[in-house]
Amino acid sequence: MSNIKTNSRLSHRVQTIKPSGIRRFFDLASKMDNIISLGVGEPDFITPWNVREASISSLERGFTAYSANAGIIELRREISAYMSKRFSVQYDPEQEVLVTVGASEAIDIGMRAILDEGDEVIIVEPSFVSYVPLVQMAGGVPVSVGTNNQDNFKVSAQQIEAAITDRTKALMLCFPNNPTGATMNREEMIEIAQLAERHDLLVFSDEIYAELSYDEQHVSFASLPNMKDRTILISGFSKSFAMTGWRLGFVLAPPDLLAAMLKLHQYSLMCAPTMAQYGALEALQSGMDDIERMKQSYKQRRNYVVKSFKEIGLDCHIPGGAFYAFPSIEKTGLSSEEFAEKLLLEERVAVVPGHVFGKGGEGHIRCSYATSMDNLEQSVERIQRLLSRVL
Amino acid sequence: MNEKALEVLQIIEGDGRVTIQTLAKMVDLTEEEVKNILKKLEDEKVILSYSAVIDWSKVETQEGVTAVIDVKVTPQRGVGFDEVAERIYRFPEVKALYLMSGAYDLSVVIEGNSMSQIARFVSEKLSTIDTVISTTTHFQLKKYKHDGVVFDQGEEDHRIVVTP
Repeated sequence: MSNIKTNSRLSHRVQTIKPSGIRRFFDLASKMDNIISLGVGEPDFITPWNVREASISSLERGFTAYSANAGIIELRREISAYMSKRFSVQYDPEQEVLVTVGASEAIDIGMRAILDEGDEVIIVEPSFVSYVPLVQMAGGVPVSVGTNNQDNFKVSAQQIEAAITDRTKALMLCFPNNPTGATMNREEMIEIAQLAERHDLLVFSDEIYAELSYDEQHVSFASLPNMKDRTILISGFSKSFAMTGWRLGFVLAPPDLLAAMLKLHQYSLMCAPTMAQYGALEALQSGMDDIERMKQSYKQRRNYVVKSFKEIGLDCHIPGGAFYAFPSIEKTGLSSEEFAEKLLLEERVAVVPGHVFGKGGEGHIRCSYATSMDNLEQSVERIQRLLSRVL
Repeated sequence: MNEKALEVLQIIEGDGRVTIQTLAKMVDLTEEEVKNILKKLEDEKVILSYSAVIDWSKVETQEGVTAVIDVKVTPQRGVGFDEVAERIYRFPEVKALYLMSGAYDLSVVIEGNSMSQIARFVSEKLSTIDTVISTTTHFQLKKYKHDGVVFDQGEEDHRIVVTP
């Protein structure tokens, strides 16, 4: 912390937080024309029309006021029913469901609800770039546990156990994972559940990509024996319903935790945008056809990308979910940053260098396959061209 | 039909030009297996042809006119509507023909170079068929969407290039 410039106008806490490594790449890429982007962490589908129409209609009918702090009750009921039907978890819409401004807010208020100064949160990495700073902003201390290509980026109970101290308060998991696409099956999850019980840990389970599990049925952490009471289950509409810009997520947790989060949510945000909530209500009520259609399309693109990467000599584990491939570029001898920069400047393909996602990310690049088949085919060609020059 | 064949159909319905190599990777089969699936579907006439969706209004010399004609006919003993349908679809200018429920029997889609050409088809060829009782001709003014494809610009990708 000694190398951080101090500005007395700013809090020490905010100054210790590093700016996102993605930012630099974004600045570089956004100045260039005609690039193919595999750098986008969101669906390439536009929100289904019925959802957009429902939101427009809510505006026409004048639903422009605040909603209940926790979200409109019809939506909370639908979320509860949906999560029960799809993932076998039971949550009371009155006391255990909170509609948030994106899953990011849910993580933020979850951390703030449970952490005291110096409490540690174990974060399984590579991971979404917000976890570490959100822990820090809540006064906590992030503790990274890295995963790797050989283990298909799965985490074991032993790896986590080695990082536990007497200050460890919680564990942060995200499967299917951004950026690796890794998934964990029931047996693998149960070991972690038992560990959480032994060490009395709370578990944040970010299941935003749950619907995008291609090879096995997603297992919700809260559905494991005795886990509901210690799980803060986070999800939302962004990825599976193609609603990123709507900023609508939700968090499910036992009543004491949820009440604490609701307090923070109510003072900082009041409620999630009402018109977005009406859109989400339609998304849940109109059934799962759109989800299935999009999932099928992602799966085909996943298959294409992983096989093509292998063909051109990139070592790539098979990502069981989300819409990212996370191939290793280690054999080029370049760092992930150097490789990504070369790829962008010389071949005009934007990817995200793996190191920005934390421990275990270096030596890899995150390639989002949420883009057209044309773009994917061209990207593979261009990556191959770069490889032939650097190998 | 097995799941893989269905998946192949759904992909090529959206993109008939997808290569065997790409298709095989997408559905996680070998190229040989995909070729066999396609061959079988073609032999069984499940796949009838591969075509492109073209916005002819953008091709200056080829603008043309499309009409949809509602046709009432008298069905015939033994063959129902099939015989008259065949007499109609044999004309090359007939692009599509459907048997309909409701106020009329056959819906005929016809393309021509001009309105007068279509008028001539209706008066000389269609109306003169014995079993045809009446025709109502509707000219298409503008094509917004065809076979699931939106004409004009459609919806663009508004995503920013790199996001977490």
